[in-house]
Amino acid sequence: MGDLLERSAAEIARAVNAGTVAAAEIVEAALARVDAVDGRVGAYLTVLHDGARERAAAVDARIRAGARLPLAGVPLAVKDNMCVTGTRTTCGSKILEDWIAPYTATAVARLLDAGCVAIGKANLDEFAMGSSCENSALGVTRNPYDLSRVPGGSSGGSAAAVAAREAALGLGSDTGGSIREPGAFCNLIGFKPTYGRVSRYGLIAFASSLDQIGPLARTVEDAAIAFDAMAGYDPMDATSIDRPVEPAVPALRTDLKGLRIGLVREFDTAELGNELDAIYRRAYDELAGLGAEVVEVSLPTADYGLATYYLIAPAECSSNLSRFDGVRYGLRVEAADVQAMYEKTRAAGFGPEVKRRILIGTHALSSGYYDAYYVRAQKARTLIARDFEAAFAGCDLIACPAASTPAFQFNAKSDPYSMYMMDYYTIPMSLAGLPALSVPCGWVVPAGGTEPMPLGLQLSAPQFAEPLLLGAAHAYERATLYAGRHAPLTGLVKT
Amino acid sequence: MSDTIDIRYVAKLARIALTDDEVERFGAQLGDLLAHVNALAALDTNAVPATAQVVESRNVERSDEVRPGLDREVVLSQAPQRQGGFFRVPRIIAE
Amino acid sequence: MSEYEAVIGIECHVELKTATKMFCGCPNEFGGEPNTKVCPVCLGMPGSLPVPNARAIEHMLRAGLAFGAQIPKFSKFDRKNYFYPDMPKDYQISQYDMPLTLGGEVRYWREDGTIGTCRLTRIHLEEDTGKSTHAGSGDGRIAGSAYSLVDFNRAGVPLMECVSEPEIRSARDAVAYLEALRSTLLQLGVSDVKMEEGSLRCDANVSIRPVGSLELGTKTEIKNMNSFRSVQRAIDSEIDRQIQTLESGGRIVQETRGWDEANGVTHSMRSKEQAHDYRYFPDPDLVPMEPDGRDVERLRGALPELPWRRFERFTGAYGLNSKQAAQLVQNAPLAEFFERVVAASGNPQQATNFVLGELSRLANESGVPAASSPVTPEHLAELIALVEAKKINSKIAKDLLARMWAGDGSPAAIVETEGLAQTSDPGAIAKLVDEVLAAHPAILADYRAGKPNVAGFLVGQVMKASGGKADPALARELLQRKLE
Repeated sequence: MGDLLERSAAEIARAVNAGTVAAAEIVEAALARVDAVDGRVGAYLTVLHDGARERAAAVDARIRAGARLPLAGVPLAVKDNMCVTGTRTTCGSKILEDWIAPYTATAVARLLDAGCVAIGKANLDEFAMGSSCENSALGVTRNPYDLSRVPGGSSGGSAAAVAAREAALGLGSDTGGSIREPGAFCNLIGFKPTYGRVSRYGLIAFASSLDQIGPLARTVEDAAIAFDAMAGYDPMDATSIDRPVEPAVPALRTDLKGLRIGLVREFDTAELGNELDAIYRRAYDELAGLGAEVVEVSLPTADYGLATYYLIAPAECSSNLSRFDGVRYGLRVEAADVQAMYEKTRAAGFGPEVKRRILIGTHALSSGYYDAYYVRAQKARTLIARDFEAAFAGCDLIACPAASTPAFQFNAKSDPYSMYMMDYYTIPMSLAGLPALSVPCGWVVPAGGTEPMPLGLQLSAPQFAEPLLLGAAHAYERATLYAGRHAPLTGLVKT
Repeated sequence: MSDTIDIRYVAKLARIALTDDEVERFGAQLGDLLAHVNALAALDTNAVPATAQVVESRNVERSDEVRPGLDREVVLSQAPQRQGGFFRVPRIIAE
Repeated sequence: MSEYEAVIGIECHVELKTATKMFCGCPNEFGGEPNTKVCPVCLGMPGSLPVPNARAIEHMLRAGLAFGAQIPKFSKFDRKNYFYPDMPKDYQISQYDMPLTLGGEVRYWREDGTIGTCRLTRIHLEEDTGKSTHAGSGDGRIAGSAYSLVDFNRAGVPLMECVSEPEIRSARDAVAYLEALRSTLLQLGVSDVKMEEGSLRCDANVSIRPVGSLELGTKTEIKNMNSFRSVQRAIDSEIDRQIQTLESGGRIVQETRGWDEANGVTHSMRSKEQAHDYRYFPDPDLVPMEPDGRDVERLRGALPELPWRRFERFTGAYGLNSKQAAQLVQNAPLAEFFERVVAASGNPQQATNFVLGELSRLANESGVPAASSPVTPEHLAELIALVEAKKINSKIAKDLLARMWAGDGSPAAIVETEGLAQTSDPGAIAKLVDEVLAAHPAILADYRAGKPNVAGFLVGQVMKASGGKADPALARELLQRKLE
């Protein structure tokens, strides 16, 4: 049984399509794995035992009827900020703790249609605001490579589930790095497509102009299959882009010949310490070894990314989260009048990080501050996007770290700003709407730790160049084998 | 730009009741964050257009055709308080 | 007492006539069981997203073009943030600084036949809110209510907000402005514009100033006006109140005032001193619009003739009085019917008489619009020709119209087959006169005794004897001659 779950999503789908394994078997194995390890890992907020079995049976019926599905029988972890009809969808928040979604997110629906079976709803930082999963109000998720460490965030539950083989594929959402950073922390491919390439319909919004759904996978091929299944215009999302999707799977390659890969002059890895510096320098050499021409590019305003992001994202979130008001769904704290009801409900329903972001965002949009903060940030966003445009005139892909540290221990970042700094390398690409991913690039034993922890290399490409990006990551993954080192299960099973 | 934030005013706008302790803590944390974001003042953005949407797209619309909605019982089953076919809310005080 | 003039601006909210709501596929229909026309989008459910209704945008552009507004190169939706229980997302998708149409003007017609003009500040597109019913206060008012019940059927219905410049100077003109706005939008087919169903809602900003002054006085905003009549009464009452306040040494306070229909006064609702902080910003769920790329010239070319232009033409070329012209232009299908009658008959005056007279009476009686009745403009023109040629008299014409309304077709054919043509043969009528006089000696005696009024009775008897076909003027003339 265990063998089945060590397989990649692509291998599972091949076996199910060939009829050598039933989706039902795989799903039983995954549910058994969840029962065995999730008490320790804490990846899921809700496990869909019955729903998964029904869905698996339906997939098997489709296969028997002759269907061939790219993700047949693949156990899927869905981040719990995506709606699935009839399931609890919490956003990791007390304010939605008991909310049952009456509809399914487009991206989820497309994966289910491609043969995936949702095993459960995965933990996250509340409303996807955070970089460690510690901001969840509903549960603690641990890093399968070292249970004393965070899985990263905000898509930490999906990442932990895939790393612990409680799922073969995870769905995450990335606003400023929320797929890429947990991908790096859990030795996965964490892939954020171009803004607008995957529908946001049914993804509970954090920052609408930045949010993007993407896969967390153990192989680049899996990420590419998931992308091909999810990408494309959705008439329910006006910001999804109506242009044909060039499939990524056929673009997977084994070398980087003819590609120019840009290293960002302003991102000096020496600042990350000798060990990380050495690992990233080695990674750049590995890229060159695969035939890429490594060149230097400049992103002079990328350093303003964090400041820009921490105005735009909270401003949008302050408005997006207004609807949690105790009127139509979710938590209500009763009070004598409606204003008091709002204030008490939202005080009790939101955690401190969400409150901080709503407050700063409300401030940034408020009368007298709008131009100084929000408009200025939007202009800075223009400059950052222009920087990338100029950089991509001189290269095909940009390589840099996915995060500035490996997974850290719980409560290591008590100061909000130090947590925000975790997304220093991922935020600029988000602001520019670019496709970007993290791919495993090495191991380091962090100071004070005993277990080697994974590190991620971030690759990014111009808008809509997902096939190029995934193709190059595939070459790197195949040549380096870092991604193949799975977290040992022995420590995860309660004895 | 300024590092100060009127937490009580902003919390009122955002309809979040704050304890005195939270006012103090959030005030300090957000003041600190504002000090960081004020770095943007160093950028010359006078002649730069604002970006609201980073991927170029225009005139996305749908045709005026009815689609099925939600069953009322499904809708109201999520209501914190309902009365008959309505959502019920406490007394509304005119602002 | 010094002379004051009123300065009035009108703000209208008009629900657009579409099959579906502004940002989702729920039906846009008035009424219905509460919370039955809803979906994740218009309920503001987590994860739902708005997608704009193409027809609503086209309606906006057509309305803008009709009022001579500019269609900008770029427009966008913004969020207006404020909490209210009947607003599902606790922000309203609206337009802040880049509306779909800019400027323009509404031309309206007055009773004296003149045309007035009021410029528009802007017309923008937004979504309607749901409806709250306040309970526990006894009178359904919000004040004193114990709780409220919310229905979201109306939430998300496309709403056009039309803001005028403060260029109106009287309550009468304000109503004329609204009538022109209503007629135009109705004619364009962009709204039902029914105040009683809430598809037209309006507020008035009213201030006064001494005649000759260029400074604006402090204004008040009048709400809760439920008919054009209440608009006129409310504005007049508010102007009076403001004059009295100033004359008695008081000051006008900037505030919102509600119109109390029963007592005929406005009363203070809330102070507006505290400005709202709506935190407008571009809605990141929606992409910008480039309305000028939408075939604007085709839309412009397809615009119908506007009511005010029609008013000018009817009073000018056709010589209608302003009341008649107003009646016609406020009912576009009737005006179009009228035009076809004029074209077929060449007789605007008779066309007016029939269309606004007997035909409208039949329409009111039956509840069927005249233009949808079996009476065709060609048949009505035929009827007019019969009258003009004195082939039938007005009594017969009225009977014939009733039969045409019932579906009997061509009046000429009826006259022909039933021999209803008017008798104008003096010999035949003179014979009837003699018979009538012989049959009513007592009446004749009355006449001779100095009661000339009885002549009318005798004419009636002659008409009756002719089966209604005698030319009444000729009958009267011959009778008169005999009597003298």
